[in-house]
Amino acid sequence: MDWSVVAEYYPRLIDGAWVTLQLVVLSGFIGIILAIPMALARISNKRCINQFPRLYIFFFRGTPLLIQIFLIYYGLSQFEWVKNSALWPFLREPYWCAVITLGLHTTAYIAEILRGALQAIPAGEVEACRVMGMRKFTMYRCILLPRAFGIMLPAYSNEIILMLKGSALASTITLLDLTGMARTIIARTYTPEEIYIAAGAIYLLISWMFMAFFKLLDRYFNKHRLVTV
Amino acid sequence: MTVRVTLAATFLGIALGLLGATARLSSFLPFRAIGGAYVGVIRGIPELLIVFLIYFGSSRLLMAIASWFGYHDYIELNPFIAGVIALGLTFGGYATEVFRGAFLAIHKGQTEAAQALGLSRFRVFFGIVLPQAWRIALPGLGNLILILMKDTALISVIGLEELTRKTSMVVNATREPFTWYLTAAVMYLGLTVITTTLLRYMEEQSRKHEHPTDAASSHLVKE
Repeated sequence: MDWSVVAEYYPRLIDGAWVTLQLVVLSGFIGIILAIPMALARISNKRCINQFPRLYIFFFRGTPLLIQIFLIYYGLSQFEWVKNSALWPFLREPYWCAVITLGLHTTAYIAEILRGALQAIPAGEVEACRVMGMRKFTMYRCILLPRAFGIMLPAYSNEIILMLKGSALASTITLLDLTGMARTIIARTYTPEEIYIAAGAIYLLISWMFMAFFKLLDRYFNKHRLVTV
Repeated sequence: MTVRVTLAATFLGIALGLLGATARLSSFLPFRAIGGAYVGVIRGIPELLIVFLIYFGSSRLLMAIASWFGYHDYIELNPFIAGVIALGLTFGGYATEVFRGAFLAIHKGQTEAAQALGLSRFRVFFGIVLPQAWRIALPGLGNLILILMKDTALISVIGLEELTRKTSMVVNATREPFTWYLTAAVMYLGLTVITTTLLRYMEEQSRKHEHPTDAASSHLVKE
């Protein structure tokens, strides 16, 4: 083992880690924004409304992320109208393809987590809102969604860690994230163990950072629980 | 091939998970530390990185070991074995936590009663604790198996010709990426549905021996 290669190449690994962080944060953001309507549609009683999220979630949870990435990065170029559309400059870039795929993928998971959280809210709280004469929109905006965020936080932090690990797949479509960067360095230096172990250590650090961040968020969203206990 | 990798990695992972859970619950501190470190590392590192590390890293390790025995040729782990080890390790890390939860959920009185009957430690574990823990762990393990099956797609990057790799080859030949990746996705969906059905059947089987009144009362508690 020769650890000097790690010392020599770590600035490039940090560059890669930066791309990885961007991927996770951007796709996590897309995920949570799309997941809210998705979860609300999923718990609707109307068949025509809850059928689409059901199919969407079934598809994205039932197929490998790698296939989804290939489907969007390689697959979309099969259609002429996509190539001619205004979005093509985005869809041609591996970076945006990775962000879109990871975002759509995590949407499915977050929607399920959010649905579970919404259904875990005690019925009494919903009834209390109704008794106060709240409109449905106000009820969701002021009471149910904030409450659900508090409940789903542990599961959501798990999902973010899974996204962090999933983002490594972006390296298969030539994106230079942490894994991709590690691969290019190894192609030059032929030292797979050292560089992969260093990259693994950086992933561990990032995931610890996220966990610490979510502990803070948890303290903020679940203040009421701290007071009573 | 996808199915074979899944099965092999599941068995390896369950064995590792049992070992890991026993280590984490052991009263001997170093075992607990090793178990904890294993779970922490596996859960924080991408599966893809583990696959690469095992595939590219193991050949040097194997060669180092072989050179002690006076063998100096180039050795490389074949992608199937490397993939099974990598995915088995991942599965084992998560399964450790599932089994740990299941072991903790079993009432202490069960072990004590078995010991009072004079059963050996081996029989207490395999005859009394494990069958009950299995029932509790099964839903968690089922989820892991579904995740594992999708992760097998990762082994395509080290050249194993499973479903994803084959699809890429078809795509190169036909130049119709969308059609064929979608076909592969549908095949994975089919595998997921089959696995889910099998798992549901296994869960029903494992619950068959539960005392009917037990089941009824647990239902009441839930209400």
